[in-house]
Amino acid sequence: MFLHGYFPAILEGLRSTLLISATSLSIACLFGLIGAGAKLSGSRVAGLAADVYTTLIRGLPELVLLLLIFYGGQIMVNALADRAGLGYFDINPFLAGTLTLGFIFGAYLTETFRGAILAIPRGQMEAGKAYGMTRGQVLRRIILPQMVRHAIPGFTNNWLVMIKATALLSIIGLDDMVHRANLASAATRAPFTFYATIAGLYLAVTTISILLLGWLERRFSLGVRKVEF
Amino acid sequence: MSMPMAESPVEKLRAEGLRKSFGTVEVLKGVTLAANSGDVIAMIGSSGSGKSTVLRCLNLLEKPNAGRIVVCGEELRLAPDRRGELDAQDPQQLQRMRARLAMVFQQFNLWGHMTALENVIEAPIRVLGLSRAEAIARAERYLDRVGVSHRKDAYPSHMSGGEQQRVAIARALAMEPDVMLFDEPTSALDPELVGEVLRVMRSLAEEGRTMLVVTHEMGFAREVASRVIFLHRGVIEEEGPPAEILSNPRSERLQSFLANSLK
Repeated sequence: MFLHGYFPAILEGLRSTLLISATSLSIACLFGLIGAGAKLSGSRVAGLAADVYTTLIRGLPELVLLLLIFYGGQIMVNALADRAGLGYFDINPFLAGTLTLGFIFGAYLTETFRGAILAIPRGQMEAGKAYGMTRGQVLRRIILPQMVRHAIPGFTNNWLVMIKATALLSIIGLDDMVHRANLASAATRAPFTFYATIAGLYLAVTTISILLLGWLERRFSLGVRKVEF
Repeated sequence: MSMPMAESPVEKLRAEGLRKSFGTVEVLKGVTLAANSGDVIAMIGSSGSGKSTVLRCLNLLEKPNAGRIVVCGEELRLAPDRRGELDAQDPQQLQRMRARLAMVFQQFNLWGHMTALENVIEAPIRVLGLSRAEAIARAERYLDRVGVSHRKDAYPSHMSGGEQQRVAIARALAMEPDVMLFDEPTSALDPELVGEVLRVMRSLAEEGRTMLVVTHEMGFAREVASRVIFLHRGVIEEEGPPAEILSNPRSERLQSFLANSLK
């Protein structure tokens, strides 16, 4: 039988990996936009908070942060619940895992987005202001569309690294592709078969991502001349 | 909004006592100027004299440290922010007034992700509330007016500087502004492209539009402007009709400026 009959189980794990990645990415984008906004806001407090966030998160290994936040969060929530006279809480690993990954990669995206906004010439925003557009209009109609183009290369990198980082979440008990492969290889004693299979699946997901984001970059680069050496 | 011809002049724009410092350097030391309908005012002066800063203070792209700004009889309500610069108290009033003072920039500043047509319809739709169809009709009229309607689907990076600047002028015209502010509109152009932009500006002046033009083009100032303002180190040294000012400069500074500037 194909993969000792474990193929559907592995595919189920792939679905879970994709769901975890997509959810983490959304959370990371949110943190990234807030972080970039804070750094560029001109407010000293917001800028300092964002600096602490990106310095701390980018300076620690993902695995260490993941364990710190997951177990530390578990202990903290239960300490609080205990004080409030509530019972024991089991943190949902999906929620904890995606929030943690999103929080970590939000720090990287903060820098990606900040750089992308700074790459837009000042005159683009000034023209919007000079014609009476509101801050929101300038942001939505001028900054964001131009930011996307500058952000896509860095964003692609972050997304690829993040898809791979979801593998770490199997450690805190998320039932992703790696977790499934662990179980299957333990049961069949054919580890190479299963790890090679999921390696192929990871590669498929990342390759498709690269193609899609490359297409998106061309789409957002309409009206931009290619640099030729 | 309509084009006032040579009736009794109506004041369109007035600035009083504009002061502006960048750090410890005071670049404007109390500039007062006014434009009536149909006036074409050329502001000249050597670089660093504060010409562009005056223009950019009028629509608050730079926040002045002191002064009053009145557009069509309505005074912009200003209050000092925590850095001591004047900021609009009411953002909506500022947006309304900016929409009446369309600006043309030295570097064109066309939005790079939009075609020429999209550039021209953007503010009329978002700021003036025109429907898309109305805005397109208006944009096509003005693109045609400045002679670039054949480029309406081109992106800025695919146009020559002269074409970009004419699209930028169409973008300003599409606001049907009370006053057009030109910030050195030909300074970033190759010499052979300067003429096409100046011709458009000259024809706008002949239509009776109110224009405030910061420029190094002495020919334009001499032939098109109704009034010339000479700015030196943040103060107005001399002002008057071009024939008077440019032919018989009274101050030594203007004399040496004119002697040094290429015709």
